[in-house]
Amino acid sequence: MSETRQWYDLFSRGARDWLRHNEKIRDAVRRELPDLIAGSDLISRPDNRAVQVPVRFLEHARFRLQDSDTRMGVGQGEGQTGDVLTPVDSGRDGAAKAAGQGEGELSFLLEFKTDDIIDWVWEEFKLPHLKPKLSPAMAGDDWVREGWDRRGARARLDRRRTLKEAVKRRAVEPAGPAFVDEDLRFRQLARRPRPISAAAVFFVLDVSASMEESQRRLAKTFFFWALQGIRRQYARVETVFIAHTVRSWEFGEDEFFQVKGEGGTVASTAFAHALDLLHERFHPSRYNCYLFYASDGDNFTEDHHAAQRALDELVQCLSFMGYVETASDALAHFPDTEMGGLFAGLEYAGHPAASYPLNRADDIWGAIRSFFSERSRAEDGKHG
Amino acid sequence: MAERLAQYAARFEELAGSLGLDYDPVDFELVPPAFMLEVSIYGLPVRMPHWSFGVRYIYQLVQTRMGNSQIFEVVFPGDPNRAYLADTNSLAENSLVTAHVLGHADFAKHNALFQRSRQEAGAHIVEQAATRARRIERAIVEFGQGSVERVLDCALALEQHIDVNQAIGRAPYPVYVPEGPQRAADAFSSRFRDLPGEPAASVKPVAGRRAPVPARPENDLLWFIAQYAPELEDWEREIFLAVREESFYFYPLFACQIMNEGWAAYWHARLLREATFLPESVYVDAIKSHSDVVSPFAGERRLALQANPYHLGFSIWERIIEEQGVEGARKIRDQEDDFGFVRNYLDARLAETLQLFVYEAERRGRIEIVSKDIESLHERLLAPKFNYGAPRVSVSEMKTDGTLVLTHAHRTDGRGLDFDRAVKVLDYIHRVWRRPVILHTVDFQGASRVLKAGADRSD
Repeated sequence: MSETRQWYDLFSRGARDWLRHNEKIRDAVRRELPDLIAGSDLISRPDNRAVQVPVRFLEHARFRLQDSDTRMGVGQGEGQTGDVLTPVDSGRDGAAKAAGQGEGELSFLLEFKTDDIIDWVWEEFKLPHLKPKLSPAMAGDDWVREGWDRRGARARLDRRRTLKEAVKRRAVEPAGPAFVDEDLRFRQLARRPRPISAAAVFFVLDVSASMEESQRRLAKTFFFWALQGIRRQYARVETVFIAHTVRSWEFGEDEFFQVKGEGGTVASTAFAHALDLLHERFHPSRYNCYLFYASDGDNFTEDHHAAQRALDELVQCLSFMGYVETASDALAHFPDTEMGGLFAGLEYAGHPAASYPLNRADDIWGAIRSFFSERSRAEDGKHG
Repeated sequence: MAERLAQYAARFEELAGSLGLDYDPVDFELVPPAFMLEVSIYGLPVRMPHWSFGVRYIYQLVQTRMGNSQIFEVVFPGDPNRAYLADTNSLAENSLVTAHVLGHADFAKHNALFQRSRQEAGAHIVEQAATRARRIERAIVEFGQGSVERVLDCALALEQHIDVNQAIGRAPYPVYVPEGPQRAADAFSSRFRDLPGEPAASVKPVAGRRAPVPARPENDLLWFIAQYAPELEDWEREIFLAVREESFYFYPLFACQIMNEGWAAYWHARLLREATFLPESVYVDAIKSHSDVVSPFAGERRLALQANPYHLGFSIWERIIEEQGVEGARKIRDQEDDFGFVRNYLDARLAETLQLFVYEAERRGRIEIVSKDIESLHERLLAPKFNYGAPRVSVSEMKTDGTLVLTHAHRTDGRGLDFDRAVKVLDYIHRVWRRPVILHTVDFQGASRVLKAGADRSD
């Protein structure tokens, strides 16, 4: 009998094929992903950038007979013909038999990185890529290194190049001095305009009493995917979360979606708040600014003019303003609601604004798609 | 443990020789349980990679972790036989297993099915499988994981669909219908030939009528696809034939399970009884494992809804040896497979002693003992073994446009195929066959149904 050989421990074909199976599952899940994640509670843990999806094992199909209503088998033990047995576990598995029909019953959790999901979704929907702002008005210039010269500030002396030059020169005049002025090389800088790769995203949520939990969830999911999409495009994304009833407050991302307010709706407070923050923190020449507003469409009629003024002013400073209307039981329906009307007006006036009605989880992808395709078209139009 | 076990193994072999066991050398190897698990999943120590093995692996891993199953040994008949023992099992358990393996080795050398399999597939299947696995891994590098997987999906799904009655290196069908006997030279034809005039144009041998493919319904789907798939690449064909060859190798293990396990159980029990060299404690523990292995029931239960093949085979062999002696038993070992073994040697008296019964389980969970009749016991025991355990699906026609027509023998099988799975399998086949594939079967009411893959689904 040969000795135990340690290298048997190195065999891991089972694990290898298991990983391959998981890879296949990932592909399969990926195909169904949009439906899968639209409904799930994704951003409850914002720092954990992964989603867990329960999946079942794949089955390698073989020809098999249809299941019949009854199954016959041979058993062993005491009992007479006609006896009815209490169900018991079907004994031990005898030999080391291959896994049987139970395979389909086990399920496990697969973790997906949010970034991967976003990539898939973009591929799946063939969503365009937003282009960062690039306009001459912006002072986004940058110094970049460009070439070498024999003159320059001492701080920008390139020693490596200088030494190379010296070596070259001494190859032809071996008796020459170690360094001469002609050997010196200095790095040159040039001024280049830099596209702005930072974005600021404002999320404004109506948390008045009329907004229900399910509506907030729809808005939240939309916000999440819109934000992920924007994150894909920009190196640095700042977020601002504002909730309002008759007043408005800024929140952190964590609390934002848990907020539930009382009372009525005065949207202009939130818009004014956003405008203040915008001026305070995000200079339009440094940031691409986006604002998303989610509401059930109600607003106090008295606030109509104030809201309109605030929006007009706000839209001037923004790359885009999106309005998400979640369904409500109110009498008016999109786009005849108070807010719907306001945004429709902005859009009509040619401002970069759009509205998306959200009634069910299924609508989210439509809204996301139309947001990104419109944005990309608009920007192509602007620059191309 | 390795040294002591090696000692015992030598003594066991000595004893086995004196008791008349005759076998090719056995190569024992103590391996970690993880390796045992893999071997039992793949069926061979090194075998081609495929994701479906991964599923079985993880399933089995869960089972093992939960303590529901313990793998004692895996043995691969050949020359030498290769036996793998788990190094985590106790010395007593492994002593028992050593004796058990000798029983298997004796069986594999003499049983007709095993002998035929050895003639066909050779005595070095373990090494051959490893070589093929390496070739397949090279194919993965060369042609991509997706392409190789596409072929393996199909080949492994049809693993059981071989015709064990044919040779492994089977010749293709004759291309032409064999011609009838030549017309006898009669007076007329000789006078006709002698007629004056231009010499007859040199007559080419007239090509005969093309024979239909397949000539008869073909059960060996793996072979048929490898041989006749319209656009199969050579490397793809090689994979098909590799899977087929391994399938031939597995067949005797499948078709003689009850006999083989029973025979090994009989001999390990006998070897243990006569092993005077074993210390008392090892002997007691080993006998205890033996009685666990051949117990029809799990734990304390007095009822099982499946017949333990170890127990069943062991009991039948004991009865045979009691009645006909070891020599008689050896004849039976040589000639039978499970079908003949169960039908001929499990009689009503023994079935009564073993308390076997046929039950019927409804979907809702009601289970009723429906019969103790020996005929129906035989058929129920053997039902999972017919046709390599797979539904009978055969190639009935290959149309001129390359469409592959499969027919399910639903009358023999008693009911139709599971549509969802069948369509998936057709899909696997279609991706390799690259022409439409259709399958005739019946639905649950017995009305005929045609399933298709790759064909225009509207008609």
